[in-house]
Amino acid sequence: MMQSVHPLAETVARFVWWLPALPLIGFVINGALSIYASAKPGPADPSANGHDGSNIGHGSHATDEGNHGHDDGDGHDDHAPTPRHRFAGITSIVGPGVLVLTFGLAIALFVAMRGVEMHEPFVSTLFAWMPVGDLHINAALQLDGLSMVMVLVITGVGMLIHVFSVGYMQDDAGYPRYFAYLNLFVFFMLLLVLGANYVVTFVGWEGVGLCSYLLIGFWFSEKANADAGKKAFVVNRIGDFGFMVAMFMLFAHLGTLDYATIAERAGQFAPGGVVVTAICLFLFLGCVGKSAQIPLFVWLPDAMAGPTPVSALIHAATMVTAGVFLIARSASLFSLAPVASLTVALVGGVTALFAATIGLKQWDIKKVLAYSTISQLGYMFVGVGVGAYTAGIFHLVTHAFFKALLFLGAGSVIYAMHKAYHATRNHSDDAQDMRNMGGLKKFMPVTWTLMWIATLAIAGVPPFAGFFSKDEILGATFARAHGSTLADASLLGMSGSTVLYIVWVFGLAAALLTAIYMTRMMLYTFHGPNRTGDDARPHLAEAPWVMTGPLLVLGVLSAIGGWLNLPGVITDLAPIGPTASLEHWLEPVVGEATARVAGGGAHVAVSTEALLIGLAVAIAIAGMAIAWARLKPSALVAKSAAAPATGIQRVLENKWYVDEAYDAAIVKPTFAVSKSVLWGGVDVGLIDTLLVNGSAALTRFFGWMGSQLQSGRVGTYAWLIVIGAVLLLRAFARVA
Amino acid sequence: MANEFFPLFYTFHFYLFGLVALVGAIVFITRKSPVAAALWLVVVMAALAALYVLLGAEFVGMMQILVYAGAIMVVFLFVVMLLNLGHPSELNDIRGKWGRLAAGLIGLALVAELMALSRSAVTLSVTLPARPPADVIASPGGVIGSIADPLFNEYLLAFELTSILLLVAIIGAVVLAKKRSA
Amino acid sequence: MLAESLALSAALFTIGVIGVLTRRNAIIVFMCVELMLNAVNLSFVALSRVYGATGQVFVIFVMTVAAAEAAVGLAIIISIFRHKKSVNLEDINLLRG
Repeated sequence: MMQSVHPLAETVARFVWWLPALPLIGFVINGALSIYASAKPGPADPSANGHDGSNIGHGSHATDEGNHGHDDGDGHDDHAPTPRHRFAGITSIVGPGVLVLTFGLAIALFVAMRGVEMHEPFVSTLFAWMPVGDLHINAALQLDGLSMVMVLVITGVGMLIHVFSVGYMQDDAGYPRYFAYLNLFVFFMLLLVLGANYVVTFVGWEGVGLCSYLLIGFWFSEKANADAGKKAFVVNRIGDFGFMVAMFMLFAHLGTLDYATIAERAGQFAPGGVVVTAICLFLFLGCVGKSAQIPLFVWLPDAMAGPTPVSALIHAATMVTAGVFLIARSASLFSLAPVASLTVALVGGVTALFAATIGLKQWDIKKVLAYSTISQLGYMFVGVGVGAYTAGIFHLVTHAFFKALLFLGAGSVIYAMHKAYHATRNHSDDAQDMRNMGGLKKFMPVTWTLMWIATLAIAGVPPFAGFFSKDEILGATFARAHGSTLADASLLGMSGSTVLYIVWVFGLAAALLTAIYMTRMMLYTFHGPNRTGDDARPHLAEAPWVMTGPLLVLGVLSAIGGWLNLPGVITDLAPIGPTASLEHWLEPVVGEATARVAGGGAHVAVSTEALLIGLAVAIAIAGMAIAWARLKPSALVAKSAAAPATGIQRVLENKWYVDEAYDAAIVKPTFAVSKSVLWGGVDVGLIDTLLVNGSAALTRFFGWMGSQLQSGRVGTYAWLIVIGAVLLLRAFARVA
Repeated sequence: MANEFFPLFYTFHFYLFGLVALVGAIVFITRKSPVAAALWLVVVMAALAALYVLLGAEFVGMMQILVYAGAIMVVFLFVVMLLNLGHPSELNDIRGKWGRLAAGLIGLALVAELMALSRSAVTLSVTLPARPPADVIASPGGVIGSIADPLFNEYLLAFELTSILLLVAIIGAVVLAKKRSA
Repeated sequence: MLAESLALSAALFTIGVIGVLTRRNAIIVFMCVELMLNAVNLSFVALSRVYGATGQVFVIFVMTVAAAEAAVGLAIIISIFRHKKSVNLEDINLLRG
């Protein structure tokens, strides 16, 4: 495939396979420590007394039931400090250490890539994995602009979250296990983004799903957490089905699953053809599952049952964005399928607005962020759906910064709340409910400052990161409504232009709601009077430096992340930085596809673009102002004293009853059919009675017949011999 | 040889001894007394020996008389008398009506199959040659020599092994039939 | 005469089989087996006229085996009679599990 030697061949890129290998080594070491510790419990091992709870951040809010379900601390009535895991020291070095090394390598690769002119991806083939007939699948890693961006985000943000976890999880009984899972997750995630073909990506795709399951159910001794893990796993299976069907179809029609070859051969498909549209829609089904879009978003809020750093890393910054990455990776296919692309954009837009409405009325601080994540993922899908692949990836990156910051900040708050409640032996109040917080600015100034930065970023206030990326998506949506291939297509009886305008309006509305619910969250958490309780209040304090340090770094990134891809209209006005550097960086990967979608005509005048930017800023400011004016933190009461919500508020608080609807429409009928037909009919009737017992009875019958032959009477034997001889002779006579 | 010169005489004796063998066999399996049955079997064997001679296997015919009729059947008779069989309960050892019917049906099927098999295996065009095969005639040792040649050349090992078989049989018979000494 | 010989052989063999099936006296059954062996010998001899003297050699072997078999078989019958006071096959059921 590579005629000439790739310019990266002799550089540090040779060692690209060390990127996934390093976290894998970390996983092996931490996993071995965890297994050893549980196999041979030492005298100082907290897991030796048979309770597997955690002391901090024990969020168990799969259901919005009242009590914070922490069962920990019950074994420590004397309030002695919980002994740390006996391997905590070595794990604290190995776990984040491998990520530091990986990030260092990623930086080295980035520098090497900047030094060369790259027109085609650098593919490092490790070994031939599945050479079966026409199917040639190599275990190969691919380094190009797109995977480099993802690797930097994953290793960079991942490293910060690993460091944060050292503080957050310090007293947990499953400390090495936690880091083993986290390292394994990074391994699979890197495999996902580095894979040179769909199959390697799929391995990573499934692997991160597994790690997500393991980490959601990390505190598995509580059923709600284990159920949340199962829910995530099952819902993701639906998406994976789509992914696999897409792979089968790709192989059937193109005969390959390598990204590079697919990009070459994609021209074989007729633009807008049925096959390529079907492939893209099935791929998108996989993305909908993994990236929690309508209708498969229900698992992500429940996934908040995992430790908060996990929510930050997996369920906000990296794994859930894998769907966006996959579409950008398959840009050569999606750009040929306008209907599929419109579907992506529409689903993304609807999800963005829908999730934002739910976010308005959640009380659990992590739930707010979870719905915010779903909403922001919707934006990314709008971006990649309208063919603005760079914009989608740009928002992915900035979102990774500010959403990781928000989650880690929330983790810091929960940590403080939990410590306070733990110190006062309060096991009934919820450490994650915003009604129990309030006024925390006084106790946690660093967290407060940084979370405001993130809030401004996500709300889209310039010059913070989210402003640029979100504006670019909305601007691209508006621009594509005229003259692009998308505008010419139609979806659900509407013209492409109409769909794109609808998506654009949804995006603006979601931006308004985002500003409102984020301001609400900040107000209720950090402002107004404190509602934690008089006993617990003196125990509230800022988190240690190991947790605030990563927050600080993310805060800086959230503030200046927009410089990655400054729009021309701004750099023309004020030369504050390079123009569209991310777009140039991704040009070899998605440039062709972007141009194909844009079709040459999808541009708006500079004045219109400036107007759009002004509109976006106005909406963000308006949202925050509305929230600031309408919400009165002082009027809130602690959760235990709160009155139940009514009307539309109650509908929003219950997340539009989507879970209940799914329960009634899918889960209950499935249970009923399983119970009556599959269990009662198929399992008991067919399998147990007929097949299992039936085959046993048949065997016994034949055995009985055989035993009748063994009568022990010589006469009978003589008869049988003669009958046999007669039958055999008959066969011989026929042959002869 | 006889058929060359007296074909009618030969044919008559062939059918005569064949008939004797057939009738003797039927009578043999229907006798109640073991002694009578054994004596009728001797008759069958003698008739078969005559047939062997008529078929040009004079040596085998002699062996039939000596070994079968002379030795083996005498051993049978000897055992029958040694055990002093002939008790009324033992005399009535033939199976009932249904058993005989079933055996007859199986016999019919068997004989039909054997006939069909022999007819298909040996085509009708192959008939008994007028003369014995050339190797029998040309053998310098005469009739015995024609058997001796393959027996002691081609089948020497098998022949020697039969001696071991007989030795084992003798020892086995002695061991089995010996009275258990207390 | 070949066809007649083979037919006679088949008939004698079948009579022997019927004897084995219908009789219960072990010694008579044994003698029926001898009859079957003789029937086979007849076809050997008849075919040796066509295919050469090897057939007669096999008759010699069959006789040898029959002699050995008779010796051992009768010894077994004597042994069984000592044990059971009978040579009726109905009574010989030591093989019964």
